[in-house]
Amino acid sequence: MTTKLFGEPIARREDARLIVGKGRYLDDIGHGALGVAFVRSPHANARILDIDVSAAVEVAGVHAIYSYEDLDGAMAQPLPVLIPHPSLTAPRTGYPLANGSVSHVGEPIVMVVADDRYLAEDAAERIVVDYEFRTPVVGVEAAERADSAVHEDIPDNVAARLVQEFGDVDAALLQAPHTVSFTQTIERSASMPLEGKGVHARWDAVDESLRVYTSTQTSTSVRAAIATKLDLSLDRVEVIAPDVGGGFGVKIVHPWPEELLIPWAAIRLGREVKWAEDRREHFVSSAHERGQLQRITAGYDDEGRLLALDAHILHDHGAYTPYGIVVPIITSTQLLGPYRLANYRCQVDSVYTNTVIVTPYRGAGRPQGCFAMERTMDRVADDLGLDRAAVREINLIRADEFPWDNHLIFQDGRPLIYDSGDYPSMLDKLRDLVGWEGFEARRSAAAADGRWLGIGMALYVEGTGVGPYEGGHVQVLPSGKVLVSTGLTSQGQGHETAFAQIVAEELGVPIEDIEVHTGDTRRFAYAVGTFASRAAVMSGNAVALAARAVREKALRIAAEVLEVDAADLDIVDGVVGVRGDPGAVLPLSSVAVLSNPLRYAFDEASRAATQFARFASDDQPPVADDDEPGLEGRDYYSPVRSTFASGAHAVIVEVDPGTCAVTIEKYAVVHDCGRLINPRIVEGQIHGGVAQGVGGALYEVMAYDETGQLQNASFMDFLMPYVSEVPQRIDIGHQETPSPLNPLGIKGAGEAGVIPGSAAIAAALEDALGIRITSMPLGPSQIYDLIRAAQDGTAEMTLNSARRSQEEST
Amino acid sequence: MSGEEQFVVSLSVNGTRRPVTVPARRLLSDALRHDLELTGTHVGCEHGVCGACTVLLDGVPVRSCLMFAVQAEHHEVTTVEGLADADGRLHPVQEAFRDCHGLQCGFCTPGFLTTIAAALEDYPPGASISADEAREILGGNLCRCTGYQNIVKAVGRAQEIRTQRAGLSGDEATDRDST
Ligand code: FES
Ligand code: FES
Repeated sequence: MTTKLFGEPIARREDARLIVGKGRYLDDIGHGALGVAFVRSPHANARILDIDVSAAVEVAGVHAIYSYEDLDGAMAQPLPVLIPHPSLTAPRTGYPLANGSVSHVGEPIVMVVADDRYLAEDAAERIVVDYEFRTPVVGVEAAERADSAVHEDIPDNVAARLVQEFGDVDAALLQAPHTVSFTQTIERSASMPLEGKGVHARWDAVDESLRVYTSTQTSTSVRAAIATKLDLSLDRVEVIAPDVGGGFGVKIVHPWPEELLIPWAAIRLGREVKWAEDRREHFVSSAHERGQLQRITAGYDDEGRLLALDAHILHDHGAYTPYGIVVPIITSTQLLGPYRLANYRCQVDSVYTNTVIVTPYRGAGRPQGCFAMERTMDRVADDLGLDRAAVREINLIRADEFPWDNHLIFQDGRPLIYDSGDYPSMLDKLRDLVGWEGFEARRSAAAADGRWLGIGMALYVEGTGVGPYEGGHVQVLPSGKVLVSTGLTSQGQGHETAFAQIVAEELGVPIEDIEVHTGDTRRFAYAVGTFASRAAVMSGNAVALAARAVREKALRIAAEVLEVDAADLDIVDGVVGVRGDPGAVLPLSSVAVLSNPLRYAFDEASRAATQFARFASDDQPPVADDDEPGLEGRDYYSPVRSTFASGAHAVIVEVDPGTCAVTIEKYAVVHDCGRLINPRIVEGQIHGGVAQGVGGALYEVMAYDETGQLQNASFMDFLMPYVSEVPQRIDIGHQETPSPLNPLGIKGAGEAGVIPGSAAIAAALEDALGIRITSMPLGPSQIYDLIRAAQDGTAEMTLNSARRSQEEST
Repeated sequence: MSGEEQFVVSLSVNGTRRPVTVPARRLLSDALRHDLELTGTHVGCEHGVCGACTVLLDGVPVRSCLMFAVQAEHHEVTTVEGLADADGRLHPVQEAFRDCHGLQCGFCTPGFLTTIAAALEDYPPGASISADEAREILGGNLCRCTGYQNIVKAVGRAQEIRTQRAGLSGDEATDRDST
């Protein structure tokens, strides 16, 4: 038997190079390349009156200075709206270099190419741009008021008005025994990978071909974008994602201006050109996410059954909409969570502001949807004096109700139908894991000691593995080495390991013989990209299908050679053998040789495949009509719709009454992503997601002032969690409900950890403080303000806190 | 090229003397990465906060993005490429990161490895390192991928490996060390 590999927590294969400094990230490539610096707008909303580069051209080592006027052909056109949608009625995108106006601080205006980045920055500093200021629009409420406009021809600042609806919300709210209405906000944050973006391009003038390396989540689509914008034939362009130092969503957006400008300049100058984003550039010119204001009305019965939910959401889209309205779509569909609901309406107004664009960051609108639904559940429980877990329980979709049709259209344009799950058992596991039942006694005992403890929970459903497709290619070389490739890219998810585990098991080869390649259009040209927790589902199934094809072919060839029935054959440790007959064996390497009929032998092994050596039938061609030479297979996985993972988090926090510091005492996760390929990798994904969830709940804000300046654009001031801010332990319970939609039964896991963080922590803080929490994140100073407001009688207290003090006084 | 004054600096990196010609303002991180092509040292912020660029200067962790290359003359610089033995045997902390899944994208990893490698020197083999001590050691480095859980574990594991290699327990480690 080949060792079982699918489902095993084996150590990662990519680590071998990464722990010795042999990774190859974008800025590790092209030491001789020319360097690039950009002049970026220091103003949030302005017209460009004049650009004076005369002092910059004097700088020694400068090769070129480009502004909008230099752009030609499609490069002078606006950047694409990547994902059009009927509700996106007023889309706007910028230009590779600003065309007469700027709409956020950080927008690129002038590009300088010099011997190196130092000199390029020297020159950029000497460029003088004259602006005519316009009033910036900052924050969704200002955008909604529309006293001024981000784009002059869109006076109401509304890019899209998306309505998702089923049932009759108005009637159901009128009839509901109870209703609650509230408004809450969630702040901006950002993916903030440790490696910024970066692009390197090399033009081969003789071959008339372009090779581009970019730190992207989608090399195939960047390739198509470059070919289109630079008016090159697709076959003249290759794009490779090298090792990528984290993505979390920001690198799925494309083409970034730089992804077009760097190759464009490389062709014009006939030189290698490279740009590696610095941290400040990343803050002010890459994407952010999360910012929303939510106005919610819910109707429910005496037991806490949710009868209707009406949500009106203002979504801060920043200055442009290159990635369409994917985030609003996800918020408005995934808001439903694991609950049954008969009447639902969600209107998202996606509004322009003079800030950095908003595109998916891990979770991609789900944390906000989860925040809306889970905080609603907490409100209902508080209003009725019921246990928060019990209110959730009564609303859960039951395990025997799948597939569950939500009667909405999801982000892939397909019906929002949950394929499988077991939410009640997930909730039970969570209660056990966190110690939900005994907590109230602990809480009040601690309170008697002057310690403020609180507990909260949040559940979510996550649509993963969205289409349209991914492909896989598996090839056994005559050496016995197995090459696996898929077009989507990797940013640290361990694809080289997970895909190798799948192929090793499907094909029956030692994992050591397998080499996995991702994100390289030279190896695999058709792909969509890595986002929406889709890589394992999509490419995992695609490489499995390709491996199955290879296996079938290997067995067919071996059956001919060994003169047995293919059904009696198996592949174990890379050797085809007859079951129960240890003598009749043929290594896969030999099968690979035989799979390719040869005229020319070039070594001992290949002789076996030559015309006079090979067994052959006189009346059959060497390669049959329906066959191809080589032991390889290519296949695609294209799902009818997404598969839905689920999870539940609970957290116990302690707030220090003196410093208002928050300590996470316990963080419990129950997680269901179907069959696990590698539990160790999945746990790593959860750890990372939880840390980002904690960051978003307690620390991370994008501190824009009213003029649209981002005041905390550095790691000094944007507070990402260090080890001291994350839970000391994360307790994880796995539940495996296989997906019926794909051959491997897997669901995505990449984003899960981050989704319920803000909702669960808000609930725990509300429980600890007894004060209504309506905005996240909550740092010590916000908590201090809340406590002061509570003392002044100006804060809204929870009904539960009143009940508690009543109990204490009786 | 530019008219900037250039300095010939003799850098001692991972036990080898390597001359570089750089302007005074060239960061040590850039000199290592782009002049010496030792790209294991990464740059995540260039303002001294993330720790990805950490190298050892005479055995002490420093942020190479906050130093000029010319300042490194007369010091011994150790980068992630210099952590393993000359014969290729991994440093205990490198082995521990692999064992514990202490990295995902790997971009922050070199900074953690150098930082931890230096900190381990404060603990004799056989001494244990508590999780709190481990968190103290890691306290100045950012990782956006792992949530630090497995990095904390890797510190303890690295110390275990050192202990084994020192022959305080584990026969295999003793054998390997004696060869
Ligand atoms: S790059 Fe030096 S500390 Fe971040
Ligand atoms: S592993 Fe990616 S930043 Fe640490």
